Amino acid sequence: MTDFSRRDAIKIAAGTALAGGAAFKALLDSAEAFAQESQWKPEKGAKLRVLRWSPFVKAEGENFTALVAAFDKVNGTQTRIDALGYEDVRLKAQVAANSGVGPDFVWNIHADNHLYPEKLMDVTDVADWIGKRGGGWYPIAELYGKRRGRWNSIPATIGGNLLNYRISHIKKAGFEKVPADMAGFLKLMQGLKANGTPGGFAMGKASGDGNAWCLWLLWAFNGKVVDAKDNVALDSPETVAALEYAKQLAQTFVPGTASWLDPSNNKAFLDGQVSLTNNGISIYAAAKAQNMPQIFDDMDHAFYPIGPVGRPTEFHSNYPYYAYRYTKSPQACKALMAYLMDTEQYNKFLAGSVGYLSHVLKAYDNHPVWKEDPKRLPFKDVAARTLPFSWAGSLGFSSAQVFADFVVVDMFAEVGTGSKTPKQAAADAQKRAQRYYNT
Amino acid sequence: MGPDAMAVSAAAVRGGARPGGFLSRLNHSRNMLGLIFMLPAAIFLGGFLAYPLGLGLWLSMTSAKVGDPGKFIGLANFIWLTEDNVFWLSVFNTFLYTVVASVCKFALGLWLAMVLNNHFPFKALIRAIVLMPFIVPTVLSAIAFWWLYDSQDSIISWVLLGLGLIDHHIDFLGDPWNARWAVIIANIWRGIPFVAITLLAGLQTISPSLYEAATIDGASGWQRFRFITLPLLTPIIAVVMTFSVLFTFTDFQLIWVMTKGGPVNSTHLMATLSFQRAIVGGSLGEGAALSVAMIPFLLSAILFSYFGLQRRRWQQGSRDD
Repeated sequence: MTDFSRRDAIKIAAGTALAGGAAFKALLDSAEAFAQESQWKPEKGAKLRVLRWSPFVKAEGENFTALVAAFDKVNGTQTRIDALGYEDVRLKAQVAANSGVGPDFVWNIHADNHLYPEKLMDVTDVADWIGKRGGGWYPIAELYGKRRGRWNSIPATIGGNLLNYRISHIKKAGFEKVPADMAGFLKLMQGLKANGTPGGFAMGKASGDGNAWCLWLLWAFNGKVVDAKDNVALDSPETVAALEYAKQLAQTFVPGTASWLDPSNNKAFLDGQVSLTNNGISIYAAAKAQNMPQIFDDMDHAFYPIGPVGRPTEFHSNYPYYAYRYTKSPQACKALMAYLMDTEQYNKFLAGSVGYLSHVLKAYDNHPVWKEDPKRLPFKDVAARTLPFSWAGSLGFSSAQVFADFVVVDMFAEVGTGSKTPKQAAADAQKRAQRYYNT
Repeated sequence: MGPDAMAVSAAAVRGGARPGGFLSRLNHSRNMLGLIFMLPAAIFLGGFLAYPLGLGLWLSMTSAKVGDPGKFIGLANFIWLTEDNVFWLSVFNTFLYTVVASVCKFALGLWLAMVLNNHFPFKALIRAIVLMPFIVPTVLSAIAFWWLYDSQDSIISWVLLGLGLIDHHIDFLGDPWNARWAVIIANIWRGIPFVAITLLAGLQTISPSLYEAATIDGASGWQRFRFITLPLLTPIIAVVMTFSVLFTFTDFQLIWVMTKGGPVNSTHLMATLSFQRAIVGGSLGEGAALSVAMIPFLLSAILFSYFGLQRRRWQQGSRDD
């Protein structure tokens, strides 16, 4: 992941304001047009504190800061943007929910709006307006954004997590592209290993990459943590089948993936140590940013294979906007949400995100960001392909805890490292999941 | 202001100056003065130590979650934990981590202190350098170790491969036992300076004449260490080791940066598991119970040092026999 600090953001904002006069003028014009038309009028002199995660891709961060600067200028508001690592944003946002003090507006990850829904502003009017302007929400956005029929967050975007692979290495293993079936995929991984150019997925406490491939594999075999009624259903023949597959798959991994945290596979891939892994587009973006043609020319992205269940079972992360009820400037918060999601701004956001973050509104299927570079194309469909991490149950505390406590990742890692048999691991994980669902 | 009030305030002013008046009595009352001078410290301790501790105890007996104060559920959280294998694994890890790291830190720290206690050139400078691991922010040293232990890019593996001593990268943090030893070594590296410098201060209070006398009597180096250095250093060892055990037992940052408790929970300490459950997972009650479960162990470590090592009779002026 690219490091990008708040200080950088401020520098860039200042740079944009000074140097990019014409570009900033265009932003001001569209902010002005939005303000004229908008039904949400920011409170006079409102001071907003926005908490967001540190941008993974530089251009997205610059763009966000510039858009907010234009919003401030037009509306006479003052917005301070604090950017933290995404895990820290979750913590800070939780503390704010508990204490009633902190940022007004948060750009978070996953579904924390389902953990403290009564602390959050109802934004149903904003969501309806955005949905109409954007050609309708993808179903996953409604699922994440709504609770009991009301929207308490704006699911701004989905961050895709797909297969990243080295083109020449899979060719050498005898494949033109990544097979779409489980048996073929295993063969590819075995071929890569035999050629001394192995792949690898994180089996450590990697909350993004670890959960993404483990949930895909569990669901691909129709395993699930809970059924539709939130009854724990992890200890099943389907789960065991997924684990049996994982056991063979893990034997093809580059050594050391049991220790991998989220950044580890990015580093190993850029280093040429791993030929196939799962990640967002950030490896590709970093290879371009660091001018490493030997990597970016020779890599591409692919969907995960489809398992016996017969449909995509991927997991991509939701990044919602929400605002707290305690804010003194509710109208400014709503206006900022609507503004960021409105056509002009969302177009810029998608362009700046270069495929890292994908649209959740159907009108953007044809956005130029998906046409400029064919290697970004798979990320176009992530909102349509992802399941919620709570699958097949409901979003809320229990699902968040199972996710945060690495119940599924640990289960796969236990089998992958050979410390437990698939049956044992499934039975133990069932017990761990029950702890969270039976309260 | 009415005449009565004026009379009263005038009396008060006069009273302040008169011997036996309030201020003067206050001035002479040691108890009152003592109380007043202690008050800021008491408020500070109450607000920043007792209150959070009390709150933690209370939380551990509730079903509190993020955004939900929860309700009193007695010891349910603790009973819950006793049935949790990951909790017991974290207890085992914490004990292993604390015992091995503390013993090594003590042995190496004492050895380093005795080396530093000798005369050599640039003594002050070298003593300052020894403190470095302690001064560097823990997170930075943890990141440095994380790189040293990297599964693909470890410089240790790279050097050993180059020397032909191994034929593949060492999986420092991916194998449960490797990972345990790796984080323990990082903790030892970080903790040695604290032990060494404090023991060095203790060593310097031992009068050289004792060693001279012992040498004249024909005591060997070992005997001088065993019968002079060690007994006279015991009180400070007790203090240092109490602190060292407490720091190690409650360690969090090193683990969180290097492994987050992985692989498969084999380096989860009670502190990291508590954080994962309470803050990342949002179960404040369960996380608080995990933290509270550490208290008995910490208390017994303190009591052990207090009764076992601190209150030696010679410290109170009588012979130690």
